[in-house]
Amino acid sequence: MAQKRLGKETVFLANPPAIVATAAIVGPMEGKGPLAEYFDVVEEDTLLGEKTWEKAEIKMLQEATDLALKKAELKTGDIDFFLAGDLLNQIIAANFVARKISRPYLGLYGACSTMAEALGLGAMLIDGGFARQVLIGTSSHHDTAERQFRYPTEFGVQRPPTSTWTVTGAGAVVLAEGGHGPLVTHVTIGKVVDMDQKDPNDMGSAMAPAAAETIWQHLQDTGRRPSDYDLIVTGDLGRVGKPITDVLLKKAGYDLTPVYNDCGIMIYDTNQDAHSGGSGTACSAVVFGGYILRQILSGRYRRVLLVGTGALYSPTSAQQGESIPGIAHAVAVEAADVVD
Amino acid sequence: MKANQRQAAVFKKLVQTRTPPRPILRNTLQAFLVGGMFSLVGEGVMKLYTVVLQLGPKDAGPLTSASMIFLGAFLTALGVYDKIGQWGGMGAALPITGFANSIVSPAMEFKREGLVLGVSAKMFTIAGPVIVYASLTAVAVAVVKLLLKGG
Repeated sequence: MAQKRLGKETVFLANPPAIVATAAIVGPMEGKGPLAEYFDVVEEDTLLGEKTWEKAEIKMLQEATDLALKKAELKTGDIDFFLAGDLLNQIIAANFVARKISRPYLGLYGACSTMAEALGLGAMLIDGGFARQVLIGTSSHHDTAERQFRYPTEFGVQRPPTSTWTVTGAGAVVLAEGGHGPLVTHVTIGKVVDMDQKDPNDMGSAMAPAAAETIWQHLQDTGRRPSDYDLIVTGDLGRVGKPITDVLLKKAGYDLTPVYNDCGIMIYDTNQDAHSGGSGTACSAVVFGGYILRQILSGRYRRVLLVGTGALYSPTSAQQGESIPGIAHAVAVEAADVVD
Repeated sequence: MKANQRQAAVFKKLVQTRTPPRPILRNTLQAFLVGGMFSLVGEGVMKLYTVVLQLGPKDAGPLTSASMIFLGAFLTALGVYDKIGQWGGMGAALPITGFANSIVSPAMEFKREGLVLGVSAKMFTIAGPVIVYASLTAVAVAVVKLLLKGG
């Protein structure tokens, strides 16, 4: 049994499900960044006409899931599982959207790695024959994250160069059995790695070892080289965490540099004052669903490894002096004609 | 896995070599400019009260503080003070305008959770410790003064 396991920690999907539709909705700041043209919707303001930022985040996630379903020409009734998560306490954005969708729902918390976690789980559900269509949605919002994790948004505190800027946005993906679109072929679920980093203003360093560990494990298990991928992309390590991951993997014998990028670096221009880069559950979701997927569809990328990265801490654990555990999940996405 | 002490130390070294340093010189200069600007405005306000309105220093002093607190609160409400703070760092945090910002910003932020559990409960989340320790310090200084100099 367990014939679909590869090496120590990777699963390969014998009947790889297809990504039949994605949706990426972002806030105004992301709409001024270098990837603006790839997003489906750029909101004009961060409140979306709602009374609170939390309601705005929920609305954005709702819009993203609606749009992805519409693109896939499916109705909510066609969805066998809804997998979703966000950064808010008790993942309320996902919960409240699930209330409206009213299909079997699994709420996920992987911090900023949730999109990769959900893609991996959704793909396994379909490959295992437990589902035909799975809807995935993740969101984050700069202002809801600031007030929950850090300071009031109008507080005049100086951000250090290692800090990241939480992406305001929502991404959704529809996975389907036997559909048309890029295929999810391998999933490497990550382990929690904690190298005793304690600075909540430097999550890139805290998550980098987990990213390096998962990428290393994935390459070991599949026997692939970094050059087998056109792009290996981490979620939100930023300008601090990315070079650290690069160094760690070089030490372990893999040179990622020619194919390696990070969604947090890709989403903002350096002059947007986002410091180390973008972060948040929406970061990898909108960069993957908006930009990367279009590049696979256009043929520029044939094989991509999406490595969602998450910092699994809370303000309480940080205040009590605990270090920041990191996690990373890797999902291999390949153009349909590559997989035969 | 959780790193042991040796692994953590090795990793810490790697992080240190890769972390961009804080631009201390630039930050200091900007803090000086912003802090100096607030002081200059305060001085101007003080002159307005003493020279134009002919108030004595006992009246003009507190009135100037109150005016600067209003200015800090006003700039916070306009959504400008956080930008001044990002640029000016401690130069924006230390003057009394920064103190006003630290109270007004959570009050604004938590308005949506209601007047009791939101605004008033959260108002002092940042300024609270400052008030507590400032009061304690004042008591300690007063006690020392009392012991050294007598009543």
